[in-house]
Amino acid sequence: MSEDVWSEQDTNPDAIEAALRGMLRERHAANQGLAPARVLNLIVIVDRSWKGEVANRLERVGRYHASRTILCAVEDRRETLDAVAVMTYDERAGIGVIRESVEIDMGPEHLGALATIVDPIVIAEIPTIVWSPHGHDEAVEALRGLIDVMLVDSDDAPDPAAALARAQEELGSAYVVDLAWLRTTPWRERLAASFDTPRRRAMLASLDGFRVRHHANSAASALLMAGWMSSRLHWDIRPLQAATGSELCGRAYTESPRYIDIGLEPFEQEVPGLAGVTVAWRAGCTLSLDRADGGLCAREYSPDRGEQTWLVLGASRGEGGILGEGVRQAHLRDPTYGPALRAAREFCPNAD
Amino acid sequence: MQSAAVATESEQENPLIEGLERLPVRPTALVIFGATGDLAHRKLLPALYNLAHEGSLPERFEMIGVARRGQEDEDFQDMVRESIVRFSRRRPDQKVLDGLLSEMRYVPGVFDDDQVYGELGRALREFDERAGQPLNRVFYLSTAPQFFPVIASKLGAAELSQCEKAETRIVIEKPFGYDLASARRLNDEVLDVFEESQVFRIDHYLGKETVQNLMALRFANALFEPVWNRNFIDHVQITAAEDIGIGGRAGYYEGAGALRDLVQNHMMQLLALLTMEPPSSFDADRVRDEKLKVLESIVPPSPGDVAAMAVRAQYGPGVVGGKKVGGYLEEDGVDPHSRTETYAALRLSVSNWRWAGVPVFLRTGKQLARKVTEIVVTLKPVPHLAFKNIGSVGVQPNQIILTVQPDEGVSVSLGAKIPGATMRIRPVNMEFRYGTSFLSESPEAYERLILDAMRGDATLFTRGDEIIALWGIIDPILQAWHADTSSPVPQYPAGSAGPAEADRLLGSDRRWRRL
Repeated sequence: MSEDVWSEQDTNPDAIEAALRGMLRERHAANQGLAPARVLNLIVIVDRSWKGEVANRLERVGRYHASRTILCAVEDRRETLDAVAVMTYDERAGIGVIRESVEIDMGPEHLGALATIVDPIVIAEIPTIVWSPHGHDEAVEALRGLIDVMLVDSDDAPDPAAALARAQEELGSAYVVDLAWLRTTPWRERLAASFDTPRRRAMLASLDGFRVRHHANSAASALLMAGWMSSRLHWDIRPLQAATGSELCGRAYTESPRYIDIGLEPFEQEVPGLAGVTVAWRAGCTLSLDRADGGLCAREYSPDRGEQTWLVLGASRGEGGILGEGVRQAHLRDPTYGPALRAAREFCPNAD
Repeated sequence: MQSAAVATESEQENPLIEGLERLPVRPTALVIFGATGDLAHRKLLPALYNLAHEGSLPERFEMIGVARRGQEDEDFQDMVRESIVRFSRRRPDQKVLDGLLSEMRYVPGVFDDDQVYGELGRALREFDERAGQPLNRVFYLSTAPQFFPVIASKLGAAELSQCEKAETRIVIEKPFGYDLASARRLNDEVLDVFEESQVFRIDHYLGKETVQNLMALRFANALFEPVWNRNFIDHVQITAAEDIGIGGRAGYYEGAGALRDLVQNHMMQLLALLTMEPPSSFDADRVRDEKLKVLESIVPPSPGDVAAMAVRAQYGPGVVGGKKVGGYLEEDGVDPHSRTETYAALRLSVSNWRWAGVPVFLRTGKQLARKVTEIVVTLKPVPHLAFKNIGSVGVQPNQIILTVQPDEGVSVSLGAKIPGATMRIRPVNMEFRYGTSFLSESPEAYERLILDAMRGDATLFTRGDEIIALWGIIDPILQAWHADTSSPVPQYPAGSAGPAEADRLLGSDRRWRRL
């Protein structure tokens, strides 16, 4: 990949925008086969000391790079704007795509009026997604009018209930892509597949247990997984209670007096996200899916056939892949996230 | 993208499906006949790996390769590993690859040997028992075409064409027939054993994202459909040009030629998608009904008309990419007196209310100046021109250009004023390129098609009556060319845009779009 770079200290948004236009004009004049990507803008607001780490995470999103990434690095006591704009392209390709990134170092004083800094720099007429992994609520608030999609990670917050409440609040003003929700995607897909045959689908009405095993820091993902199952199957939810350790357990009810035992259990594993799910239905039948080499290990038990195990193939996406998926999801709309989020909040201990 | 065509009974009834991008595929056993062949090696096996990598394969998935070569399961697994490592679009994850290969089975034998089917049946029953449920069965025929009826008939005789409580499907690679009569015969032979709903005739072009995008472009944009008719469109050109020769495929190509190789299937499919009426839904049969209707509106030429509406040619010696290359007749394995065409151009008419009087030109060829597959829709000129054309190339008719490969996209040519004091107009392009507007990489056509076949969604497959309609248009041309054994086959230099004879199809006021 080749790069064109521009930088300026004590700069302003107009200068940055002019630099981007100038670089684009020059590059296009030099090689007409290069065209700027025009898919979406990504605005990232970070603490300056974590800028490198976030930039590395963004590098690992694979092919799901935003067209123009604007990284706002916030540094205490800074009063001026310093900016670096980079245009990245592959000249070897016949027709190549140019991606642009801008890093702006700014101070906390700039955040209240961040829209006036960022607005001239975003590409008009394409969606804008905002990710603020280190808080900076004031900045997010300032950008409210610009935002089409809010990227959040409910697993990042220490209190999952508060994180889910925040996501719910954001959902009122923008489409929310929650990385905690995306960590549950393969599990939701596999459960949907497992209960897709007519024989199995009939069992959905007689489920009596649902357990989720999760990384200790991914309780929000586990709550969303349980929320998804409940919202899809119209369970009547009661708040879960703390059991041994950090485990949460409780019951959900169906229209009949039947109930479903719910358990969310922390599990020791290196990667964030879920470690496994177990679904139980009448007469002691269970189906478990757990992380394994090369996919998920499926383990089915029924009293008449005993236990069977097999591997459900699939490569892990890794955290880079999850973030990339988050960027890609900005163009999609998942109608099941909202109901799952509401249900997940109802599962939270001490929920109203 | 999840097409509405997949809105099946299961989707409505499985409450867990809503919102998922990847729809479940029922537990399936896939049997590939011809599993050691080139297509399997380059396309099918790498496509299967990519489906596994993405978690798109069914939760219970078994695969059996069938081919003549005598070898054990382990040898077959090694061969598959090599194919995947070499041809997969992504670097394989070793653990996923190991998981995919570990249970792969191989049944050696010739395709007319009853024992092969006995052994297949045993293996399939074993899979069912192990899964505790009957797995859907997909038989993929990736063999030489003469084996298609043999395999279908043997599957029927071995009672493998139906399975209680599970679906059985047969996927048949191209070419489906050699001419109209053989296509009818093959259709009858296959349908003697399988129901039409079980048969998936592959045209891998239909699995390409840009080909599917044709429907999106037409039916999701109010911009195009109002002008998509004889009132506004002057003519259509569909081009599938290749810049390579026949390579080592003389054995196949000598018996096929350009008309069978590309026109009868891929290019006619593009024509059908471009000209069909909007379907009431994207359900497989609704789309295919509309394609059939428009194909039936193309009147096949009478023998006497063929010379006026079709041109064939062979590449002669020439220069491609700065290198001298020999002509078709000098290729290894080609009869020095061969009359097989390496270039075909046709003028077709769609005789219906929408398209009457709009000629559709098709051209395809090998060793041409450039590799490109595109559709060019040229609109009629504006009725009155207030500008003078002095000092510029002037106002040109608008064109809508849909590029299928290599750079997928759509461009629209417009007249725009050249900056300056006088009103001078020249064409400019408004471009949409997939690479600049979408984050996702298009999956390989075979990945989509294999998944659709396993799911039972036939939208992107050719129905039996459609195949017959396609051959019905092409067959008279084939017959006329076959009957003509004396007039010379025109030649075109390798590396050129094709034979000059093709220009006469267009008439005096039109020209082929430059390659």
